[in-house]
Amino acid sequence: MTEHDGLNIVPTGRPPSIPATLVRDFTPDLIDVGTHHLCPGCGEPVAMRAALEVIAELGVVQRTVGVFGIGCYTAFSNNLDVEVLQALHGRAPSLATGVKRAKPGTFVFTVQGDGDMVNEGLQEVIHTAARGENVTCIMLNNGVFGETGGHMTATTVIGQRTKNTLEGRNAEDHGNPILLANMIAGLDGSAYVARGAVNNAHNVALTKQMITAAFESQIARRGFSFVEILTMCPTGWFVETTEAPAYLGDNLAAVHQIGVLKELARA
Amino acid sequence: MTARLLEGSEAIAEAMIGAGCRFFAGYPMTPFTEVLEHMARLLPGVDGVCMNAESELEAIGMAWGAAATGTPAATGSTGQGLSLMQESLAEITLARLPLVVLNMARAQGDYFQATRGGGHGDYRHIVLAPIDVPEAVELVSLAFDLTFRWRNPVLVFGDYYLAHTAQSVDFRPPARADHDLGWALDGRSGGSGQAKLVSPLGGFKRKDQSGYNLATHYASCAAATAEMVAGVTPLADVGFIDHAEVVVVAFGTPGRYVRAAVRALRADGVPVGYVRPVTLFPFPSEAVARACEGARRVAVYENNQGQMIDDVRLAVLGRSPVDFIGGLSLDSSGFGIAPDLDVQVLRARIEEVFTK
Repeated sequence: MTEHDGLNIVPTGRPPSIPATLVRDFTPDLIDVGTHHLCPGCGEPVAMRAALEVIAELGVVQRTVGVFGIGCYTAFSNNLDVEVLQALHGRAPSLATGVKRAKPGTFVFTVQGDGDMVNEGLQEVIHTAARGENVTCIMLNNGVFGETGGHMTATTVIGQRTKNTLEGRNAEDHGNPILLANMIAGLDGSAYVARGAVNNAHNVALTKQMITAAFESQIARRGFSFVEILTMCPTGWFVETTEAPAYLGDNLAAVHQIGVLKELARA
Repeated sequence: MTARLLEGSEAIAEAMIGAGCRFFAGYPMTPFTEVLEHMARLLPGVDGVCMNAESELEAIGMAWGAAATGTPAATGSTGQGLSLMQESLAEITLARLPLVVLNMARAQGDYFQATRGGGHGDYRHIVLAPIDVPEAVELVSLAFDLTFRWRNPVLVFGDYYLAHTAQSVDFRPPARADHDLGWALDGRSGGSGQAKLVSPLGGFKRKDQSGYNLATHYASCAAATAEMVAGVTPLADVGFIDHAEVVVVAFGTPGRYVRAAVRALRADGVPVGYVRPVTLFPFPSEAVARACEGARRVAVYENNQGQMIDDVRLAVLGRSPVDFIGGLSLDSSGFGIAPDLDVQVLRARIEEVFTK
């Protein structure tokens, strides 16, 4: 690894008073390379970090299989120190089902975006939840197809500008957003359902608690667990990087509301 | 070793389990349905899993997940259902996973789908086409061996007749080869710094900042495919070719009827021969070419409008004219019960070739 690439070394006449820190120092053990090629201000690495930290904290590293969908986050599928099964766009919940049923001792989670899960593969996650499949699905919801450059998905909120809803999504022409976590919470078979966000430190901490609860639910074999995480996509939203967290709070989270939607009583 | 009278669907299910299959996922569709029924009944008894998938898309996805753990897995449908699975079948092949796929086809219109692949990208599947129930049992066993040896999906191409005909079957214990499963996922390599990756985009984690390199991955898949194509022995059933003036080529169930027609014609002194490709891919081109060497004409019977005939022409390479004597023959349901599969009908068509 070339962790010095791009790092500014400031010449100084005296030794520093604190040790230098590198990206590696902040990188969770289970992420091999802390830098990434996603856009500045992207929320997905923050969400990935939270999930990988929880896997390490729960001590399930050596039985974890992560199933990845197709989206910007796919950049992480060859960059993690947990086993990864790369799926097609939309199909991760079925692959996760196959892994878990064939090897019930594994800990299985999926990583998908809103385009992957709510557009391309909606039936997969619905059926997997209704089946009570003992896996955890994580949906990174930024309300756009980020990888193609900011196009409308099934979760895009009314009024949101995307490359193919230039004047903002309107229900008459483009239909209404699907609130996936709410749908899944209504299904028998889901044991834990929550929606978090990574737009500020409080929400990151909250989201990490949700991921922990979801993963613990799988470990306790309570059924299907689901965490939807609202993530920033300043590139796809056409807003300044620094404004993206507030945009998320004002627009996405106003419709896709943050909170725990379902939690079966712990046995 | 006791012979038992079994319907094809049940025999295929038992053969899969005998070959080690412990995961099956499927969605009902005639004439594949009964295979799913038998797997649902039989697999739990051997600690296996049968998933009644909510769609073919999900059936292939579940089988993909199970295959990635190294569990001998299978799925299937008819050609129509396999159309839905093609995207996943292409990616499973590029992820280099073993999987047995049944096409209990309606007639033979899926020859191109099976042998060319209906999905995207540069991949091939080994395709085995049994003539009857006992051969299906052998080929299912072979399919599991080949799929693990080459880490490439293998298709077994059957039909309505195969699924629903009862025949006497001997189950011999399959010769189990030990295949390397070092690539299979179970979580244990996590945290080692060398955690495994099973992906249609790459075979290992690059752990650098450049992401996947599809140029190198697709090249390595192409090399593996080339090695497989060179390494799999093409199989053909050849008969009555001594001094044959006309050689008839057919595969699968129609092969039985064509063989009967050829046998009857030979009994009447007509110099006609018979070749049946057993592996549709790799196509037994050499066997076909050799069998047709002395023939004045070659005739192809298939229950479609002419698909395998392309491969026969490529095998014969213009040395003899190749006549199409097949054609789509269906019942009103479209399931593939063919009025043309009648020895008298086929005999007449073969005799007509002699008049040319």
